[in-house]
Amino acid sequence: MTTLPIEPVAAAEPRWQALRGANAGDRLYRAALTALALTLPLLLFALLAELVASAWPAMRRFGVPFLWTSVWDPVAGVFGAAPMIFGTLASSLVALALAVPLALGVAIYLTEFAPKWLRQPVAFLVELLAAIPSVVYGLWGIYVLIPFLRGHVVPALRAALGWTPFFDGVFYGNSLLAGSVILAIMIVPYIAAVSREVLLAVPASQREAAVGMGATRWEAVWTAVVPYGRAGLLGAGILGLGRALGETMAVTMLIGNRHDIGLSLLQPAYTMAAAIANEFSEATTDIYLSALFEVGLILFVVTVVVNALARLLIWRVARGTAVGSRAL
Amino acid sequence: MSARRWRRRLTSGAMTGLVGALSFLAVLALVLILGDLIAKGASSLDWSFFTHNPVPAGETGGGVANAIVGTAIVVGLAAVIGLPVGIGTGLYLAEYGSGRLGWVVRFVADVLNGTPSIVIGIFAWTWLVKPMGHFSGFAGSLALAVLMIPMIARTTEEMVRLVPHSLREAALALGYPRWRTSLRVVARTALAGIVTGCLVGVARIAGETAPLLFTALGNLNFSTHVLEPMQTLSLQVFVYATGPFDEWHRLAWAAALVLMGLVLLLSLAARWAVRQRSHGSAR
Amino acid sequence: MAAPADARLRLETVRLTALYGRRTAVKDVSILFPAHTVTALIGPSGCGKTTFLRCLNRMHELSEGGWVTGRVLLDGQDIYEAGVDAVRLRRRIGMVFQRPTPFPTMSIYDNVAAGLRVNGGRSRGELDAAVERALTQAALWDEAKDRLRASALDLSGGQQQRLCIARALAPEPEVLLLDEPTASLDPAGTQRIEELCHELKTRYTIVIVTHNLQQAARVSDYTAFFYLGELIEVGRTEALFTTPAREQTEAYITGRFG
Repeated sequence: MTTLPIEPVAAAEPRWQALRGANAGDRLYRAALTALALTLPLLLFALLAELVASAWPAMRRFGVPFLWTSVWDPVAGVFGAAPMIFGTLASSLVALALAVPLALGVAIYLTEFAPKWLRQPVAFLVELLAAIPSVVYGLWGIYVLIPFLRGHVVPALRAALGWTPFFDGVFYGNSLLAGSVILAIMIVPYIAAVSREVLLAVPASQREAAVGMGATRWEAVWTAVVPYGRAGLLGAGILGLGRALGETMAVTMLIGNRHDIGLSLLQPAYTMAAAIANEFSEATTDIYLSALFEVGLILFVVTVVVNALARLLIWRVARGTAVGSRAL
Repeated sequence: MSARRWRRRLTSGAMTGLVGALSFLAVLALVLILGDLIAKGASSLDWSFFTHNPVPAGETGGGVANAIVGTAIVVGLAAVIGLPVGIGTGLYLAEYGSGRLGWVVRFVADVLNGTPSIVIGIFAWTWLVKPMGHFSGFAGSLALAVLMIPMIARTTEEMVRLVPHSLREAALALGYPRWRTSLRVVARTALAGIVTGCLVGVARIAGETAPLLFTALGNLNFSTHVLEPMQTLSLQVFVYATGPFDEWHRLAWAAALVLMGLVLLLSLAARWAVRQRSHGSAR
Repeated sequence: MAAPADARLRLETVRLTALYGRRTAVKDVSILFPAHTVTALIGPSGCGKTTFLRCLNRMHELSEGGWVTGRVLLDGQDIYEAGVDAVRLRRRIGMVFQRPTPFPTMSIYDNVAAGLRVNGGRSRGELDAAVERALTQAALWDEAKDRLRASALDLSGGQQQRLCIARALAPEPEVLLLDEPTASLDPAGTQRIEELCHELKTRYTIVIVTHNLQQAARVSDYTAFFYLGELIEVGRTEALFTTPAREQTEAYITGRFG
């Protein structure tokens, strides 16, 4: 410990009074913001409570078999959600199968191959797809997509694959195929945007190392960059799945709304979201309503789990940045 | 060059072409949809379309005046409720959100962000429509606000976090209390980004239909009374598109075009807001 | 040093220890800063001099896990005493950081006036006068007077740093803390700010952290050498540089390490 050899100075008049004070402003601000922030947990709690409470009569009456029973009889009061669950999964998975190659292609093109001047405009246009309201997709689906499918796609599919159970039966338009295709278009921008961020987060050294070893441009991307971001890309795909599971309007306008389980893509089908949209106002009995609430609860739980899984995978690659949580 | 090398080069070129083609396909889908909207809807856009109400079923003519006003009211009210709560929550997360409550709020926001909007719709029905005994535009607004809040909260938090820590320190070192630093310095710097997030959020809910099916319900007449059922453009498109009359289908395209125009306008405004503030960057 | 007419103040630390959680960054430092002097804090990277500086205006506690033991006396009063409002304290002790941090959404005028507005209660005329005075003291008035309404980001790096100095000076603090203020500036800008220190010390007490030994020698009256969180030696600058008492001081000054 050393002291400074200086001449003592005359003590100034104590100004310590001026330093004392409470800080009411800070306390008030924090309290106000905390109060606002608490609305979210409260809302979620209320949502869950209400879903469970309203679904409870149906849950008690039908038990777990609700998930695999196919009977949906409002008159007799017997309900089973298997067709909707099947349809939700089938449409979402087919949509994913169609959307992922497209979205991944867009993401890779935009991050690796597109000339600089083209990147922003193309990215913007793809993002715009996400801004189109679901009901507008539905409208376009009914009057443009379905005729196109009927006139050009289904005959070709039937010619090539009509012998499989996936393309058999009469095609009336509203079908699992139509619902899946429109879903695919709708989720492409989400998967593409997140995939793009994942690919951008891959360190440049990965690509450079591959190129340094003599890889062609494509090889560098496909063997070095993409595998590095593998977890995140998977997460992007699952995020798209999460979005597809919850889509309502476009699906209910295109999928046929029939309680049926079938392997053929050309047949009408049903999803959980579409069923709620379609039948909620018609539900005249309490048990009918309760069954629909139970469907809502199942839908809620499934989407929460799928989204959580997606975010976990994405976070692994992007390390805690807000990738994927942004509203498009 | 060896044959092998040639083949690899070819593959690379082909794959480059493929991803380019896929991107083109995606953009094509957008162009087709927008193009069809304009092609099939623009011709129906006349003065009476914007100023008249729907006519009885089966008749020709009529417009979407009630839906335009209804959209403005329902979305406007939702924004008035949802924006302050969302921004406030976002500020909370950025300023005080490093503790346990912050983690919970963030988690809840992400869960709600991924919740299907139809589920929010039946939630609003149970809590607002059922007790009130009737449908209302107000219930619709609240359902939309519930959709909006977690979205806005996350984008606000993100934008505020982008403000460099050094700026906050400079303000604090000057003797700014924390609340003033948060509002007058940090939030002010992030303002453009926050506004963008808000505009994007409003654009999103303007297009929503599912949460309104059992709350605002829809109304064929002109109404500005929020405690009554109210029509919005999205509901109108749905009813007309799925209806049996060709006339309705024609009107559906026009209404969809108007709705898309509104959403586009808001999205472009969001982009413009960011560009405006990014001039005069530090050297 | 000429003594100004008003009462003289001083800053003093008594056994100040600064920690981050359980890790000690500054150990048991007792040092006096006489009024109207410039004291330079020197030492190798990570020796705790910036942490120590930040304790003087209670900025250290804003860092993750930051806390202190010991006392810091401003004019005889312990600033860490219970009941002291850190916000008010920071209006009496100003700070300038390593990198210029003008408020990007404010004009030059508003930047300088920011510290005054937070205190409130000043008329337009008073603000104008204070802004002019602060900019003059920071040697920026001539360059800025015609564009006070322009964005602060239109200035060059050196000018922005002088703006930050003006901003810190406007509320007329008693002490000015400078944390490597010329680290991101070119030689011309650096020289300008060093000249400023000479001019400013007639009004303020200055503590400056610097990596640059020549700068410390040019600018300061007293120099304190820190190493591994401890105050090794402090004394009048010429004495410390020519005949350092401790071996470590000599090793650092002659460039054997650091």
